[in-house]
Amino acid sequence: MALDAAHLEYPQRRYGMDHERYAWSMLTDRPRISWPGGKPLAVWLNVSVQHFPMNPSAALKLPGSMTMPYPDLRHFTLRDYGNRVGIYRLLRAFDQFGLRPSFAVNAELVQRYPALLDALLARGDELLGHSWSMDTPHAGGLGLEAEQALVQRSLQLLRERSGQAVRGWLSPGKLQSPNTPELLKAAGIEYFCDWVNDELPYRFHTANGDLWNLPLATEIEDRFVVMDNLHAESSWADQVIDAFELLLAEAGEQGGRLLSLSLHPWVMGQPHRIVHLERVLAHIAASDRVWLAAPGQIVDAFAAQQVAA
Amino acid sequence: MVAAAPRRADTGHYDYWPYQGRPRLRWPNGARIAVWVAPNIEFYELAPPSNPARAAWPQPFPAVPGYSIRDYGNRVGHVRQMKLLDKYGIRGSISLSTALCTHHPEIIAMCRERDWEFFSHGIYNTRYTYGMSEAQERAMMLESMQTIAEHTGRLPAGYLAPALSHSEHTLDLFAELGGRYSCDLFHDDQPTPLRVRGGQRFVSVPYSLELNDTIAYVVNKIEPRRYGQMIKDSFDRLYAEGAESGTVMCIPTHNYQVSCPHRLKAFEDALAHITGHADVWLTTGREIADHFLAQHHDEVLADIAARGHLPAAGR
Repeated sequence: MALDAAHLEYPQRRYGMDHERYAWSMLTDRPRISWPGGKPLAVWLNVSVQHFPMNPSAALKLPGSMTMPYPDLRHFTLRDYGNRVGIYRLLRAFDQFGLRPSFAVNAELVQRYPALLDALLARGDELLGHSWSMDTPHAGGLGLEAEQALVQRSLQLLRERSGQAVRGWLSPGKLQSPNTPELLKAAGIEYFCDWVNDELPYRFHTANGDLWNLPLATEIEDRFVVMDNLHAESSWADQVIDAFELLLAEAGEQGGRLLSLSLHPWVMGQPHRIVHLERVLAHIAASDRVWLAAPGQIVDAFAAQQVAA
Repeated sequence: MVAAAPRRADTGHYDYWPYQGRPRLRWPNGARIAVWVAPNIEFYELAPPSNPARAAWPQPFPAVPGYSIRDYGNRVGHVRQMKLLDKYGIRGSISLSTALCTHHPEIIAMCRERDWEFFSHGIYNTRYTYGMSEAQERAMMLESMQTIAEHTGRLPAGYLAPALSHSEHTLDLFAELGGRYSCDLFHDDQPTPLRVRGGQRFVSVPYSLELNDTIAYVVNKIEPRRYGQMIKDSFDRLYAEGAESGTVMCIPTHNYQVSCPHRLKAFEDALAHITGHADVWLTTGREIADHFLAQHHDEVLADIAARGHLPAAGR
């Protein structure tokens, strides 16, 4: 019994990373960042507006997808609830506290629910590409041409309908294929949010030039904490507030920091959960040391403080 | 076709030794409890060779979610946890993926400055022991030990198998290569002598899987504040029992778990609780092993032999 020799060879053992996508860098080794208005902590709220078809065909099932034998009425309608009811409950809560999130939108919803798009567009908040639906994971095995068409179709529809440039992208399930970064850069995307390895933006290399990775934390997102970890909603709110306070204190010592918070209408939009989101929003809104910012603004403010690559 | 070797019913490394009636363990300065914090500082490869027994990642290349949160531990989490341990006067005992000495020497330098202990956790945490021949496992283990010696000036005394992947000979091999303690067994709250095939003096130092943050957060999916409370409750009980005979408490951490901003406060509360007590020996795995080997090993072996509780099944 033995493994073949490759298992004891380490060709990528070298200084820095074991790949070429970005440079190794510790957060505390970088120059201090200043946010507009001298605020120590940037807070970015992102709402993922998602469509889960009842007849998924992708081999890879993303969290939230159908799990029962067809027709899975229960999960289809629970997710659809987010787009009919939950999202409007979230919008009211944001308005109550004067907070403006960004929205990562599955492009299929542009066609399915025009009224939902009207409601989002009327706010003027930033929209991010979020592929076509939660049945189009960008993962290994997806062919280059099929993925290219998926990116183009999704962004074209969202850009035409919104009139926005749509500079940002969040891949469903934060999965990428080996080609995703190149395809997104070629399609005019300036930043994506898929790699959760940092708390500030950093340069991400593609064969078509660099873009930014602006990490959208998974460990504190509503779906992960409440649906995967099965923590109480009140515990999720405690966790977000603990994170907020820690990052605020650290920002005071180390320079600008970022709290990114990922939300889903089909999770936090339920009537028994919204009050816990409201407690989080109230805590954020009560601070005068916060720059509540859209992701594009954060990337711009950050990029303006970097020396040229 | 060669028939597979029969599987052992028991590790064979230790005899039954009931917790009641043991000889008293005495820690330095009359401490009741030895507390050590073991940060796992790991490197996971984006594209490791595929082990036949265990996949490194659940998705096809590139497995962005799993790889990127582990990279977060090194980019962001390490310094955050290190500053916290500094604040409470705790030296870490690092369970090290030794390739990190090459990838991220900055982290190694910071830990050396603080006189933290380095022990081996294999070369990469994406290279599993499963399927290795004995010679391959020995070569991997030896290389990891030599890397630590080159980068820190000292051979490691302890071993925790990479990703807790073992063979039947893992502990034997490490003892033969000069190791003094293992973190791979979870059978006790006190150090115990281990039987290895070469007969070396070799001990198990308790390394709690129950309090391991990855087990707590990823496997058991517990809330951060409950994790902090578990650490406090564990400490309180082992501290009380330590009045009769010295106990060991280990807090194994990962920079990509405990250092997340929503989890660090609960960990800090627990460290403040522990360090607020007198008669606590804040120490390292190596110091516990060396103290036990020098002061208690032979006495404990004699006690175990005198009690004669051999495992029911042969080995």
